[in-house]
Amino acid sequence: MTRESYVNLACLAGLILIPLWAHVSDEPFTITLATRAVILALAALGLNIALGIGGLVSFGHAVFFGIGGYAMGILAHHAQNYTPIAEWPFLIEGTKSMPIIWLLATVVSGIVAFLIGLLSLRTTGVYFIMITLAFGQMLFFFSISWAEYGGEDGLAIYVRNGFPGLNTLVPLQFYGLCLAILLLALAFQWRLAKSPFGLALNAARQVPNRVKAVGLNPFKLQLVAFTISGMITGLAGALFADLNRFVSPTMFSWQLSGEFIVFIIIGGTARLFGPVIGAALFVIIEHVLGGISDYWHIWFGFLLLGIVLFGKGGVIGLLAGGAKAHD
Amino acid sequence: MTDVILETRGLRKAFGALQATDDVSIALRPGEIHAIIGPNGAGKSTLIGQICGSLAPDSGQVFLAGQDVTGKDTAQRAQAGLGRTFQISQLAMEDTVMQNVLLGALGKSAAPWRFFGAVLNDKALRKSAMAALERVGLADEQARVTAELSHGQRRQLEVAVALTLQPKAFVMDEPMAGLGAEGSARLTKLLDGLRHEAPILLVEHDMDAVFALADRISVLVSGQIIATGTVDEIRTDTRVREAYLGDEA
Repeated sequence: MTRESYVNLACLAGLILIPLWAHVSDEPFTITLATRAVILALAALGLNIALGIGGLVSFGHAVFFGIGGYAMGILAHHAQNYTPIAEWPFLIEGTKSMPIIWLLATVVSGIVAFLIGLLSLRTTGVYFIMITLAFGQMLFFFSISWAEYGGEDGLAIYVRNGFPGLNTLVPLQFYGLCLAILLLALAFQWRLAKSPFGLALNAARQVPNRVKAVGLNPFKLQLVAFTISGMITGLAGALFADLNRFVSPTMFSWQLSGEFIVFIIIGGTARLFGPVIGAALFVIIEHVLGGISDYWHIWFGFLLLGIVLFGKGGVIGLLAGGAKAHD
Repeated sequence: MTDVILETRGLRKAFGALQATDDVSIALRPGEIHAIIGPNGAGKSTLIGQICGSLAPDSGQVFLAGQDVTGKDTAQRAQAGLGRTFQISQLAMEDTVMQNVLLGALGKSAAPWRFFGAVLNDKALRKSAMAALERVGLADEQARVTAELSHGQRRQLEVAVALTLQPKAFVMDEPMAGLGAEGSARLTKLLDGLRHEAPILLVEHDMDAVFALADRISVLVSGQIIATGTVDEIRTDTRVREAYLGDEA
């Protein structure tokens, strides 16, 4: 086992043990913080497939997070008000069922990611960053002006949506659900990175000309990666809205897109557990420093600066040494 | 057209006032190494770009195994059987040697849409990758990270990746670039044996290698082919001597 696998295992143990401890010692707020960290980690993990493996620095991944959030918000809003979403051409009603919400959140995020990718993947570098940012801002202002679903005020959902066999209002049960999804996504990314697709995508980041010369199309590879990436972040958005029982245009904000990138950089780019460590550290620091000063972002900025300057592989790089080509 | 594997017909490409490729027609026959030589700025890279699909010609056509591939992009031409190597090594430096050749084998299989199974455990791809590594003499280096390889080994790996494509024709852009005498001799020997698997269109500056390998030579000067012939014919061609070989020959 490599040192990185030990770091990953320790991280996994923390994800399981800390909330259990919080449950036993009756600290529900700690569980809520952990849930927040897990969901943000899932969102950043989605981005890490595009950014870490594919080298696509998307500055607009809040688009998918927001779409996931609004998928949940809109479906639950109609369900709690007993109003149909559409009556024509056939009746579409809202729902409070998480599996259906998740399905819709991932499918819509996937379609939007495909369309955004189709346009923005024709550019690279700074232009790609800017065009993804532009799409993010478009949806942000669209959501602000969409009065039917709360506009700037957002949508409040009174009761958390349901999952068959679970009481999602119990913090530990909802946490378990989110953790299970994160672990599935981690397993998926682990397999993906070693798969034929992962090899080709990784090469498309390093030497696109070579990928073309062996008869593969880097654009198609990156488009598929971007779509998968958006779907995972979209699913995280649905969970995030359910955690807060609230969705608003801030879920589309460019600051959030930036935070996802920051999680990945803190944890370690293209590292499997990078987004998990990054998101967890962010939530902890936000909680601790945020309790001391409203201006905690300044101190967080120093930390980020330190990691970028001194730890090239993020926290995982510091703990486990340089990245190794997978065996 | 069965006697020609790769052919260009009347290729033209201009950049502004500069006619970089001027009515270039060349043919690559089965079993031959056809070298293209020419002074710097003669338009060799532009020609390679048009043959491999990274540059669109203003007019003219490219045929591969009798099929018009002029409208196809680089990836489609590779699928059609064009195996190229680059003047400046285009290798995934962070990946291992094995991963680089596996990428070639994966391209050949044309099935990159597999998201689960580990590519390193794919027996068919591995077998093809391993055969290519053995062929160029890099089998022992398979687990090394490509960035750690010597320049000469990288040049060999370039050829190995092209080999995994099992192409109908090779296009090699200065495979000897930057190699010392020993590395150059080793690669010359390797290419010598390759011509019977697929003919090679060889763009090369190393005249020793060209004269040792080429069955035919075309001389490109200012975008035009001024002569095509056997090594001896080119050596004695007065126009070629004037335009290119100068005092060397």
